This record gives sequence, structure tokens and C-alpha cells, in this order.
Amino acid sequence: MGKKSIIPFGPQHPVLPEPIHLDLVVEDEVVLEATPQIGFIHRGLERLVQTKDYNQFIYVAERICGICAFGHSMGYAETIERLMGVEVPKRAEYLRVIWHELSRIHSHILWLGLAADAFGHEALFMHCWRLRERVLDLFEKTTGGRVIFSVVKVGGVQRDIDKSMLDEFISVLDGIKDEYIQICNAFLNEPSVYNRTAGIGVISPEDAWNLSMVGPFARASAVNYDVRMLGNGAYGDLSDFQPILSNNCDCYARMEVRAAEVPQSIDIIKELAARIPAGDIAVPVKGAPDIDAEACNVLEQPRGECFYYAKGNGTKYLDRMRMRTPTSQNIAGMAVALKGCDVADVNMIVLTIDPCISCTER
Amino acid sequence: MGVFKLGKMTFGSLFKKPETVLYPIETKPQPAGLKGHIAIDVETCILCGMCDRSCATNCITVNKQENYWEIDRFQCVQCGYCITVCPKKCLSMDPNYAPASTVHKADRFDVPTQDAAPAKKAAEKADAPQPAAASAEDVEKTSEAVDSALEGKIALMDPEKAEKVRAALAARNA
Ligand code: SF4
Ligand code: SF4
Repeated sequence: MGKKSIIPFGPQHPVLPEPIHLDLVVEDEVVLEATPQIGFIHRGLERLVQTKDYNQFIYVAERICGICAFGHSMGYAETIERLMGVEVPKRAEYLRVIWHELSRIHSHILWLGLAADAFGHEALFMHCWRLRERVLDLFEKTTGGRVIFSVVKVGGVQRDIDKSMLDEFISVLDGIKDEYIQICNAFLNEPSVYNRTAGIGVISPEDAWNLSMVGPFARASAVNYDVRMLGNGAYGDLSDFQPILSNNCDCYARMEVRAAEVPQSIDIIKELAARIPAGDIAVPVKGAPDIDAEACNVLEQPRGECFYYAKGNGTKYLDRMRMRTPTSQNIAGMAVALKGCDVADVNMIVLTIDPCISCTER
Repeated sequence: MGVFKLGKMTFGSLFKKPETVLYPIETKPQPAGLKGHIAIDVETCILCGMCDRSCATNCITVNKQENYWEIDRFQCVQCGYCITVCPKKCLSMDPNYAPASTVHKADRFDVPTQDAAPAKKAAEKADAPQPAAASAEDVEKTSEAVDSALEGKIALMDPEKAEKVRAALAARNA
């Protein structure tokens, strides 16, 4: 029987792209308890609504996170549109969803690469990031940026995607599908990967529900919730949408869910690209939100549900802007998943929630 | 389940062209819509200052007294908002990145003085018959209306900016 001791994990740790600190109470290489601590990169972005007007803030909103940049600008714009009662043209809604799904693809491939890196499979990591590059190239061609796009505005989008470009989207995505299947085969059927992830960091469906977990982390514990089911914007026009679920509840299941969400996103893009209506891509937005007007919005980011709240005060400056990001919902689940695991598995479990600490702290 | 699932792909990579390019000898082609840097067509700019007021990072300075338009490339985040607000559409996004620099210096563009154009307009006006109704009283009324409209706009700005605009107005009226 060993002595109880506390191992500090992070904020600087090779597996963590961003700073989060964990106090691991360890006995005999087994984690008894994990206490997460955040607050290393608080940037106070929400307060900036007082000095940037609602049009300018969109460029701040998309800097909340480098990976879900598009999602944040879209979520913010939708919130302001609700606040001011703006009806967005259908084509703009479709374009937003196409870009958003594209950013989900790049986020999930990025995550798969990071996971491969965490369990020590360098070649797999390189192959994943090589595929992601193709997706980033599509972004570069259509928005002009690779990470920060600045293409959404309140009332619509700034750039259109023409028919030939949409066809290129589909051919590029079809082109990576084949290689993607080979990569997934390595993730899901290779025994070394399976032994490293199966049965690790189990969260029961009840726990997942009670801890309000969101996104692929929750769906891997059989929580049937995906904001895309609600059918906001162009999601409502999809012929069919079923969240991808798994009953295994472990690290392997989380990998499985994310791996399956990429082909799903590709299918969504294909369907919307085939049905995209012609017309305007933006409507002019004039005036300011009313005094005490309030609006809420939810959006499925690659990491899960993100909630937005905005309150107007009669001027172009919002009174209040709040976001609740997916990782802040999932940190509690992570602490539970870490209980009883091996010290060597901590990095794998931390990574499988796909933590985005910059989002969480804004 | 079997081992070496990635074998085929990894083996194939041995014979493929490398994915990366030999930067800086070789560069990747730039797409047309790339966000490189903001370019200005000084001929059409009227120094209205809309871009200055709407830039979220305050990197544009428009000086009407000295007739120049200035941008701090270190601060610009290539969001393109200034392009959408410019009434003369004289700003554009150039797909080439601004060259690297070791000194922090704003790029200044001298805007040709607009005197030539207004002078011509004034001359045309002088030729045209003066409208009889343009009495001094009316002029005062319209300027009052303009002032109140401006006040309304200033009230919507953030305090810092409002202060700046007020100072600029006072300088103009003086
Ligand atoms: S908004 Fe356009 S016209 Fe006005 S100062 Fe800026 S660049 Fe010149
Ligand atoms: S692109 Fe954006 S940051 Fe740059 S000058 Fe224009 S408004 Fe300012």
C-alpha cells in the first residue's frame, strides 16, 4: 500500500495544447481524485462588448477559439440577428452551415491527430494533419483565411461560394474520404490503439446526463443530444439527421464518435451544396438592439453545445454578452472520468474531452 | 483486428511527392481571395474617415487637414470591415501579404487634395442661378439639423471615440 501523494499536472504539459492545471491525488499509480483548476488565460473578451459595437464584436467573437472560429462568429451573429429580429437570406444560412461543417471536419481530424500523438503514434498524427491541410486549403480559397475567416457578418455572410467552388468542395471531400477511411481503420481496428483506449475513463450515461456533458464526449456515453437535431438555420432543411451515439462510454467510444462525425459532416455539406438556393447572401442591418432586448442561441460546435446570450441597451454597444462553451460543461465530467484511472492514462482521458481552454476562459 | 493498419498508406508515402514545399525557395500558389493586406485607391478616397471610425483595432488614421490616410499594418487583423463601410469603395483586400518589417511604422498614403474637384464644383455653382430661398436663416436651420443628427450619432459611439469626434468637430467649427 503506497502513500497518498499529489502530482501536479499542467498547466504546461506536453499533451496539453492549452493551460489547465490538475491536482492528481495518487496512490500506487492510481488516481484517486483529480481537481481541475482553470484561469491561466482569461482574456476578458466578453467585456469588450462595451468598447466594440455589435458589428465589430464579431471579429472579437471569432477569436475566442482558433479551431471553432467559424462557429463562434456564426453563433454570435445568429444571436444578434435574433436580438434585432433580422431575417437572414436562405443562401447565407446554407453557406454558414457548409463552412461550419467544414470546420467540424477540420477540428475532428485535428483532434484525431492529437489523440494519435498522445498515445504515441507519430505517423498517424502526421497523416491526420496532412488531410486537415486539404480542408484548410478549401477555407483559404473561399474565405481568404485559414484559421480566422472574418466571413460572417450580422445579417448574412460577406462572401459567396459559386457553383464551381462548391463542386470543388465535394471533389476534395470525396478525395479525402478514401484516405480518411484508411486512417479510421488504424484508429478503430489496430490492437495497439484499442488496448490503449478501450475501457479507459468510463463515464456512465447517468453520470453524463447529470453532469450536463455535451458534444461527442456525451454522445459517446449514449446521451442523445446534438443541437443540430433542433434544426436551426439550414439544419432544418436536412432530409435526415441522427446524432452519432455509442454505448461504450470509454475513450475508444469517444474516438469512434468523432471518427464517424466526419463522414456525417461531409454528407451534410454534399446535401446542402446540392440544394443551395440562389439569392442574396446578406441583408442590410440598420439601427441598434432595443433597450433590455434579450436573445439566446445554441449552436453545436465541434466540441459540443455552445450557448450565447446577448442583451441590448438601445445603443450599438451591447449591454451584456455571455457564452457558455462546451469545454466548461465537460470539465466536470473529465474530473469524474479521471477517478480510478492509471496515472499513465491521464493524458489520454484529458485529451478525449477535446479540451479547449481558451474558449472556456475567453 | 490485425496490426499494421497504416502500413499501406505509410509505404505509399515513400513514393509520393512531399506534401510540404521548400519555403522560401518555393511558395504555395495564392488563391485570389486571400486576405493579404488592405490596399487603398488614393484617387477615389474622400478622406471621410468612415474606415477610421469603424475599424475595430483602430489601426487606420485619416487626417483631413494633412490629406493622408495611414494604416498600421502591425495592428490590422485583415477583417475587411473597413472595406464594407467605405462609401467610395476605394479600399480592397490585396492577396499579397504585407512584407515583413523590423521597424514599427505605419504605412502612410498621401491623398491628392480634393481642392481641384470642389473648386470646379464651386465654379459650376457660381454659374448656375442662385436659388432664391437660400437665405441665411435657412442655412442656419439646416446646419442645426445636421448638428442634432451628429449629436445623436455621437451618443451611440463609445466614450473614447465620442471624445475624439467632438474634438474634431470643434476644430472644424473653429
Ligand atoms: S472610408 Fe473610404 S473614402 Fe472614407 S476615408 Fe476611408 S478609404 Fe477614404
Ligand atoms: S481590415 Fe479590419 S483591422 Fe484592418 S484596417 Fe480594415 S477594419 Fe481595421
